[in-house]
Order: sequence, then C-alpha cells, then structure tokens
Amino acid sequence: MAADGTLVAGVPASASTGRANGLQRFARRRSTIAFLMTLPLIALIGGLVVYPAGYAMWLSTLNRRMTANIGLGNFELLLENDTFRAVIWQSCIFAVGAVVLKALIGFWLAHMLHHIPAKGQRKWRGMLLVPWVIPPALSTLGWWWMFDPSYSSINWLLSIFAVPAVPWLGEPWWARLSVIMVNVWYGSPFFMIMYLAALKSVPDQLYEAAAIDGATGWQGLRYVTLPMMQNIISITVLFSLIVTFANYDIVRVLTNGGPRDLTQVFASYAFQVGILSGNLPRGAAVSLFMFPVLAVFAFFILRGINRRNKEQM
Amino acid sequence: MAQVHLRKIVKEYEGGVQAVKGIDLDIADHEFVVLVGPSGCGKSTTLRMIAGLEEISGGEIDIGGTIVNDVPPRDRDIAMVFQNYALYPHMTVYDNMAFGLTLRKFDKAEIRRRVENAARILDIGMLLDRKPKALSGGQRQRVAMGRAIVRDPKVFLFDEPLSNLDAKLRVQMRTEIKKVHQTVRTTTVYVTHDQVEAMTLADRVVVMNHGKIEQVGPPQELYHHPRTRFVAGFIGSPSMNFIPARLEEAGSGLVVRMTDRAVLPVPAARTARYAAHLGRDLLFGIRPEHLTEPHPNEHRPNIAHFEAAPEVVEPMGMETLLHFWVEGHEICARFDPAVEVAPGKLAAMAVDMDQMHLIDPKTDLVL
Repeated sequence: MAADGTLVAGVPASASTGRANGLQRFARRRSTIAFLMTLPLIALIGGLVVYPAGYAMWLSTLNRRMTANIGLGNFELLLENDTFRAVIWQSCIFAVGAVVLKALIGFWLAHMLHHIPAKGQRKWRGMLLVPWVIPPALSTLGWWWMFDPSYSSINWLLSIFAVPAVPWLGEPWWARLSVIMVNVWYGSPFFMIMYLAALKSVPDQLYEAAAIDGATGWQGLRYVTLPMMQNIISITVLFSLIVTFANYDIVRVLTNGGPRDLTQVFASYAFQVGILSGNLPRGAAVSLFMFPVLAVFAFFILRGINRRNKEQM
Repeated sequence: MAQVHLRKIVKEYEGGVQAVKGIDLDIADHEFVVLVGPSGCGKSTTLRMIAGLEEISGGEIDIGGTIVNDVPPRDRDIAMVFQNYALYPHMTVYDNMAFGLTLRKFDKAEIRRRVENAARILDIGMLLDRKPKALSGGQRQRVAMGRAIVRDPKVFLFDEPLSNLDAKLRVQMRTEIKKVHQTVRTTTVYVTHDQVEAMTLADRVVVMNHGKIEQVGPPQELYHHPRTRFVAGFIGSPSMNFIPARLEEAGSGLVVRMTDRAVLPVPAARTARYAAHLGRDLLFGIRPEHLTEPHPNEHRPNIAHFEAAPEVVEPMGMETLLHFWVEGHEICARFDPAVEVAPGKLAAMAVDMDQMHLIDPKTDLVL
C-alpha cells in the first residue's frame, strides 16, 4: 500500500523504477508519439526552410565580400536605392493586382462550372486546370512568343480589328500588365478549384430558402454564397499572395525585370543582385524584405478567419 | 391567406420518369392539408412544385387566384420550412427571421415588431442573438417556423419538418405546429411520411402512392372508410391485417372463410353490399385494435370469437401486441395489458366484424 492508501505493484517502488515508469508513460503519451511521427517532416522543414532562412538572415548582415558584419547596413542602402523602392512598389502592384484578378476570374469560373450539369463538369474542370499544371517556365516562354513585338500572335489578332500594335514587353505599364496577365492565366485555376469546392459545400436548401425568402440570384450570391465562402476566399487569397509575392519564374522568363528594372519583383531582383551581380548579402537582404510585408497580410487575414470561426460558435 | 388549387399536375424528369402523374387537389383557405405517403410517392415533389423550386411539367397551380406556373418562388408569397431547417449559419436567429422582410424592404420597426411577435408565439425570445450552431434541433425548428411566420404569407409549406428530431421532441413539436396553425390560421400544406403526424395534424389528409392521389379526406374518414388496399394498410399503426378469404353463403347470411377452422360471419347490414362478390377469393382486412380479448359482458352484436396461439407477445405498456400466423399470413392483435397471454398458449380472441373490410385483390379497391 502506498502512503495515500492506493495499492501499488507488488515490488516496493524504488526511485529508479519510478523514473522508468515515468519515462514509459512519457513515451506512451499521445503527444509524444505524435511528435515522434512528425519528426521526419520537422527535420525536413528544418533543413529546407529554417536553416536557409536563418542563413539568409545572417548573410544579410555581412558586407559584399562577406568578411565583416555590417548589421542592418544592407537594408539601409537598399531603402535609399531608387531601383529597390521601385521593386517594392512593383512587387505590391504585381501581387495585389494579380491576386485580385485571379480571385475574381476564379470565382466567376467556379460559378460557371458549378452550374454545368455534373456529367459534363469533369471535362471542363480538367481543361480549365491545364494552365496550372504546365510548368510555368514553359508556359511563360509560350506567352513570351505571343508577346513578341515582331511576330506577336496577340498583335496579329488585334490588327484584324484594326487595333495598332501594342509594345507588350517594351513599355513599362504594358510590361507590368503582361506579367500580371500571365500570372493570372497561370494562377486562376487554383482559385477556381478552391472556390468550386467551397461552392459545392453550400447546401442547396440554403439557396432554396433564400429564393423563397425573396432573394434574387444576385442577392443569393451576396447574402448566402459569399458569407458561406468567406473563410475559403480568405485562405486562398493568403496562399496566393504568398506565392505571388515570391514569384520568380514569370518575371525572369518574360521580361527579365525590364524595361529598366521596372517589372522586377522581390525574387527576381534578389536573384539579379545576389547571383548575377555577385552581391550575395544584399541579395539576401532583398529577399528578406518580403517577410514583413507578408506577415502583415497573414496577420489580418488569419485574424479575420479566427474571428468568424468564433462568431459562428 | 389563400386557396390553393392543383389541376392535373405532372412532374416528369429527363428520361420520361414521372414522379407526379397528374394530380388534382383543392385546398381551402385556412385549411391544414397533409400529403402523406411512402418515400418516392411524389409528395415532396408536389410540395416543391407549389413552392416553385421544381418546374411543373404539366397542369396548373393556382395560389390565391393567380396561376403561378411561371412565377418565381420569391413572388409566390409562400413560406417554407425545410426538413434540415435551412437556417443561414452566418446570421443570428433574429437576422434569419428578418431576412425575408429585409429583402422586401420592410420598415425596421415593423421587422422588429413581427420578429418579436413570432418569437413570442414560438417562445424563442431569448435566442434572438444566437447563431443557429448554438441551438438544439428543436430550437432550430422553431426558428425555421418563425422565419415562415414573420412573413405572414398566403401559404405555409412544410417539408417533413420533424424528421430530424428525436421521438419525444417530435411529439412536442407536432403539438406546437398545430397550436401555431390554430393561432395564425394560414393555409398550410404539410408533407410527411409519418401517418401519425398526418392523422394528428391534418384537417384533410392526402394519401399519395406512385405519383398519384389514392384518397383525400379527413383523418377519421381515411381510418374508417379507406377506399383502397394501400390506404387501408398505410393509415393506422400497427397496420391493418390482410388475410386471403373466400366469401360464402351460410344460412341467410354471408361468412368469410379463411381456413376450415376460421369462418367469420359477415354482419347482416353488409349482406347486400357484398352479395355480388359471393364465392370470390377476396382479402379480409381487420385492424389490430378490432382484434382483441373477448369482453365478458359484451353487448355489441357482430362480435365473432375464435382461439389462436400467439407466437410473439409484445407488451407495450398501454397495450399488448400479439402476433400469430393464419395460412402463412402474420396477424397482429391488440390486447388489454391486464389480460395475461403467453407465447404458444391458446388465447381467446374477439373480432369486431362491424369494422371488417373486404378488398378485391384484382383492383385493390375496398368493397
């Protein structure tokens, strides 16, 4: 009998067996098992994400020859640099413009698909997903040919309607629009598929109830569909913002940052500065600039989702 | 408030499958009509056509003097309560109830007055700020009804509203629905597969089967004077017993012969009615409640007696159900629980022949 009167194992409990029992109990705890099972993934993320990120932070504090630590010197220099300020500006235009367009087009496509009878829907869904499946470097190359000033198929089409040729990649605003267009073409299917899943999860009876309550199709969208999809919309927008902000291949292949570095975004500019110009520490500093911008977006979007989830409880 | 008329209503799906096969029904103002039938009989489809949620393949629906075939649901001035309530999960109870009025641009004060009035009728005043997720099944059902009441529509439509509730709550809500109808007196069409709900709620019951109306009438009429074998078997619980029998002449009267040992005399009052079917193989129908223990001081005429050994005895508390087999057909009798019966032991039984039915097996019509 133990001091508190409970019956313990026949062998007198010594300090060492107590520890062994404690260890066994610890090993058998669900949280311990879960941790052990996720350990390979944690190691993978640690090796591929945490270590490079930490290394980039350390790198960004070094001078060009990587011989001395200059603290935040690289960041200060970058902020004073006109080209980099244009990169911040262009990154925001590119990411926000592309994500808004992708969200709108994805929503529209999802709605169209949702109203196609189930039989034909699969075929259309498959076809509409194609842009998202092709490696973007390859499809961007295709777009690059279509935008080419001398044998642009888009300009040829425009010429049929007597519209003058457009310098797609030569003029800053046209070039900005072009990179956004290609990104939208590539990324809309992702929004479409996410929204379609969300649309399918809205029970039909809610629409029927709304129709009987007096809602027009538009009001059904406004008061039933959108509120029911709000969380999926937020999460998809956040995902897409992160990926679009970090986009590298489209700008690199289509404009290579030109004309005059006006279409450079963070990732392509970091590559330009760090690899092509050989200033690794400053390149690292450029890429780290994305972090606070994305953190702000993520904070607001996740807070909204959290609040709505709590409200519906 | 309005009358509803269905004329030759047909619902045909792609591939030519007919869910509703040309039904006619006139529903009076203030009336509570229940459509009842087994699943797939077309009752819900009929209701959804009245609501405007299903296109009408043929015929006409008239609500309050207007043919509404091509009128969208929002302009039909109807309100519907769905089986799974269909409350908007992102809105509070108040907003759920106010939604229809807000869309119709009602004055804010008027909306508040109506919602609070409905909340008072349904006793959900304290729930107005909650979201549907925080409500129990019964409370959600009340909110769904509240949403219908505030609109003060011409017609209420209920689509199996109690199916998702547990047995106890179902009985409670059934009473609630009846009470609400007695208060607001709105014309109501109610769909259910539960004949008890149909009998307890309806002014008139419409029994449907295979997309057609089998019989329309007040609950008591359907119970005592079913027109078809389907209605006879569907209305009443446990359902009516059917035993193959031959109609024969015995002396001055008629008898139904099931086996050589089970020969029951037909009441004299029915002799003329059945005379034409003498010698035919028919179905003898009798409800369990008319197949009981014999009463010692029995004064009623036309009580026939026989003995049978029940194979299964089910004490239900308020009654005891006895199951025995005649000619391979299971028969159910309903005994007073005070009477002692045991499986396998012969029990004396009394049949109230005034309550018998004879059915023509060829036409399934009650004779």
